[in-house]
Amino acid sequence: MGEYTLDYLEQLEAESIYIFREVAAQFEKPALLFSGGKDSITLVQLAKKAFAPGKIPFPLVHIDTGHNFPEALAYRDALAKEVGAELIVRKVEDTIKQKHLTEPKGKFASRNWLQIHTLLDTIEEFKFDACIGGARRDEEKARAKERIFSVRDEFGQWEPKLQRPELWNIYNGRIHKGENVRVFPISNWTELDVWNYIKKEEIPLPSIYFAHEREVLEHEGQLIAVSDYITIDETDVISTKRVRYRTVGDMTCTAAVESSATTLDEVVNEIMATRISERGETRIDDKVTEAAMEDRKKGGYF
Amino acid sequence: MDILRFITAGSVDDGKSTLIGRLLYDSKSILVDQLEALEKQSKNKNADGIDLALLTDGLRAEREQGITIDVAYRYFSTPKRKFIIADAPGHVQYTRNMITGASNSSLIIILIDARAGVIEQTRRHSIIASLLKMPHVVVAINKMDLVDFSEERFNEIKADYEKVAAQLKLENVTYVPISALLGDNIVDHSETMSWYTGPSLLEFLEAVEVASDINHTDPRFQVQYVIRPQTAELHDYRGYAGQIISGVYKVGDKIKVLPAGIDTSITKIEVGGKEVNEAFAPQAAVLHIADDIDISRGDTFARADNLPKVGNEIEVVLCWLDNKPLIQGNKYFLQHKGRLLKTIVREVAYKLDVNTLERIPAEDGVKLNEVVHATIKTAAPLVYDDFATLSDYGNAILVDETSNSTVAAVLLN
Repeated sequence: MGEYTLDYLEQLEAESIYIFREVAAQFEKPALLFSGGKDSITLVQLAKKAFAPGKIPFPLVHIDTGHNFPEALAYRDALAKEVGAELIVRKVEDTIKQKHLTEPKGKFASRNWLQIHTLLDTIEEFKFDACIGGARRDEEKARAKERIFSVRDEFGQWEPKLQRPELWNIYNGRIHKGENVRVFPISNWTELDVWNYIKKEEIPLPSIYFAHEREVLEHEGQLIAVSDYITIDETDVISTKRVRYRTVGDMTCTAAVESSATTLDEVVNEIMATRISERGETRIDDKVTEAAMEDRKKGGYF
Repeated sequence: MDILRFITAGSVDDGKSTLIGRLLYDSKSILVDQLEALEKQSKNKNADGIDLALLTDGLRAEREQGITIDVAYRYFSTPKRKFIIADAPGHVQYTRNMITGASNSSLIIILIDARAGVIEQTRRHSIIASLLKMPHVVVAINKMDLVDFSEERFNEIKADYEKVAAQLKLENVTYVPISALLGDNIVDHSETMSWYTGPSLLEFLEAVEVASDINHTDPRFQVQYVIRPQTAELHDYRGYAGQIISGVYKVGDKIKVLPAGIDTSITKIEVGGKEVNEAFAPQAAVLHIADDIDISRGDTFARADNLPKVGNEIEVVLCWLDNKPLIQGNKYFLQHKGRLLKTIVREVAYKLDVNTLERIPAEDGVKLNEVVHATIKTAAPLVYDDFATLSDYGNAILVDETSNSTVAAVLLN
């Protein structure tokens, strides 16, 4: 029997490729939501494999909050070029201007909520019927109950009551006009699985995932990059530290961790040894309320 | 390192949440910040200062609306294995949840409260495990601390359950006496139950052989998507993408394309963009064939000497999952992997009482959580296997064509 076995990463990969192909087969206008983070980079790698030697049969869509790390943007452009996929960028900044949205205020004002508006507008503009995202069920408890095919109403809302039972590996993607589906091909991967896969496949990552010198300010035990997007008070202590990022979101709401890891091996070793969860260590936005993610998902977040 | 997917069946009263919390906690999958949040919320603290059951706490929407989302998935791993837990509520109205969770699991942990022993709920969970042909069953006899860690009580419950297992033809049943609350026999061996010499629950979960659950004998492949790049350099490329559902496919294999019944052979196989000589379940592959045949999504490639069934009048077991009742004579879509066929539910023979296995008449209709034997007729021939012999190609769902909801799990016969 031994010769016909797959290890856990091969099993996860096979499952994800299967999901990608279901999306391409069942929907007319799918899109891959690309953030520049390691999870969406992994998605692109899996999509490449799913449709090889053909090109990925849908565009990469980036909802640009305007608060991105420049390294992530440069990586995004290079990757889209390499895989030959169409890259669609829609800016939260433009939505704010067009729709006179109110920007949140505060020290680390985040556009995380506002990007939902841009996302929903983009879905409508291009009539996307399926949006593929890199969310994982291990991230937090609202996501633990998320489906792989998650049906959203015309407001993009996640309604727990409306979720369909998902049996075996049969994905029911039938929707009514105006509805769309969010698809999460790496639902069953953990943070460590993603890192181990990146290591195994030798997927290049933006440089900010590795240790580098950066000006940071310390806020309630978290290290925030000094940038134009945050408010710096006189009392803030700014120092230069050797850090890396464990997740890459907006510069305003993603914290860095002190690290000396410069290779994938070293990063994976540090993550295996860490005793703090990914969102707990690096996301400022989830700390606001206990149900922060649940609320955002119901509002149309992915 | 491989993956074990398992479902825990039981209610809060049996200590299910505590058991899952314990597995996550003792395998060090709960990290410092998550623990801090738990300590803040814990009202019923245990010796470790936390309430393990909170780890599987529901969403606010569920509390507000008084509903339970069918399954939550939890993850942990040890150096030996990655584990995916389908955490399904187990009360009587949740047969649907158990079926959903069990469909994606190869092992079921049936929790029994040592004080209560084998009860109706235990039987119901076991009947579902048997219906879905779950390859491995673990009977975790919990709350041993409340029966003085009695070996006699353990043996009594074990003997009772053996009768249930024999009646349901459940194979590979393992019994472990535990205390999820105190951690006895979860990860480490219990000192107070030295009479028990078997593996701890986690030791068993780490060691149970699941690779051989996959059928590598009967090759089944359904075309999921046709890859046709149509670029200058790949002008003639035409590959049939899909998952190897069971068995092994080799270059040179003589195959039949079904339901059309056309013979051809495999000329090339790719996995992840690389050319290989063979592909096996559950790999996602791309197959190329010798002849130019009209092939589309949903077609089956089988080996000429090992064919699945082909038919359009099929006996099925339906597990009804929707609030709207089944209407005999109504049309639905049958989704069999990627194949979608219009279907009529023609005749409902009888309902199965999931507590007693008794057959009851279905005259008053079929409602949520009910399991029935029925006959369906599909608009075109379906290519499938018996769920009993090749479950991976013998399962399907029914979709309501007006609401688009998934309304039934289908076991084909």
